[in-house]
Formats: sequence, C-alpha cells, structure tokens
Amino acid sequence: MHILVQQAAFDMGAQVNDFTSAQDASGAVVTFTGIVRDLPQGGLQHMLIEHYPGMTEKALTEIAHQARTRWALDDVLVIHRYGMLIPGETIMMVATASAHRKNAFEAADFLMDYLKSRAPFWKKEITSATADWVGAKQADEQALNRW
Amino acid sequence: MKILYFAWVRERIGLPSEELENRSGTVRDLIEDLRAREVRYAAAFADLSALRVAVDQQLTDFDASIEGASEVAFFPPMTGG
Repeated sequence: MHILVQQAAFDMGAQVNDFTSAQDASGAVVTFTGIVRDLPQGGLQHMLIEHYPGMTEKALTEIAHQARTRWALDDVLVIHRYGMLIPGETIMMVATASAHRKNAFEAADFLMDYLKSRAPFWKKEITSATADWVGAKQADEQALNRW
Repeated sequence: MKILYFAWVRERIGLPSEELENRSGTVRDLIEDLRAREVRYAAAFADLSALRVAVDQQLTDFDASIEGASEVAFFPPMTGG
C-alpha cells in the first residue's frame, strides 16, 4: 500500500508502470486520475489545494485499508497533490491491483467516493476576478451510501 | 490544546492555528467559547451545518468530548479527489 501526499507533480505513466510491474499475482490493475478542469465559463487561472498535514495521510491510509478489507486487493496506490495547480495538471490518482477486474474497479470507485468527502483537502478556484472555495456537493456525500 | 482552521474558516478567523489552554467538555462547548470571543469567530461559527470537526485528526461530531485532546480542527466539508 502506497500513500503519497505531495506538492510536486508526478509522472502518471511512470507511476502506473511501476505499480503494475510490481504485481505478480494480479491479473487486473485499474487506475483513476483526477485533473484540474477549467470552469464551465472558462477563465480558471489556477486551483489552490489546501490540506491538513498529518490527518490527510491518516485518512488516506484508513480509506485504503478499508478498501483492502472489503475487496481482495493485492495492492493500492494513492497519490494526492496540494498547493497551486493550473488547468490540465494532474491532481491525484488511485490504482488498485487484484486477481480479477471486478474487485479492482469497485475498490477504485470506493476509494474515489471516500477521497472526495473524507480526505481533508479543500479546493479554491482562482480567476482574474474571483477566488472561491469549491463547495462540497450533496451528490458526493450521498455517493457514500452506495457502500 | 492546538486549534486549527482550514479553508474559509481559516480566512474568516484570520489564523491557521492557535494554542488554547486544555479544557474539558465537548466540541460544542469550545465553539460557544470561541463565538463569544470576537465577531470574526462568531462569523466563522455562525452556521454549524457548514462546518466539520476533527479531534486529534479523527473526523467526529460536535458532541464529541475534547477532554485530553491535543488537536481540534474546524473546516468546511472536504473536497478531495
């Protein structure tokens, strides 16, 4: 299990290759990547991601641990960045490895739902005229009920 | 006891963290004391439904005890991912 919380950019391709090549019992690796999206009306200059050092690592570890107890996973990788990011930059990724794809898909979906609402990150969107904290969506909270 | 504020709670209060004397009671009691301090605290804690709390880095609720806690953090609902 690998949990990385970092300011620096990461090479998604290299991370996926390293993660995949380290598995010898798995037949399936599923990955998800989150990227900074421009606002619907355009004009996003950058996104600021704040986090709670200490709690972030604990929360991510706890979420990954829950995934491992619920699905037969061989490995889990979570990388989440903080700081200033521009549109198109990679914010975070998860990867799950399992013998079969169903477990890997479901566990990745579960990890993302919990990361959204239970990992202490906060996003602020900056344009030339505005600086707004991104509000949590009701749908994101409700998504947890699926599990 | 260290009190931490994140995102717009930090901005509204104007501090990332502060040290308070250790205290007993619940998170709600602590919030009442903070609200009574100054307008900026009253503004930050005006609507508890917009806030979340962690005691010693564990998400909890406003009725949780803070007895013996070393960190209490206040923040808006999280937006990770």
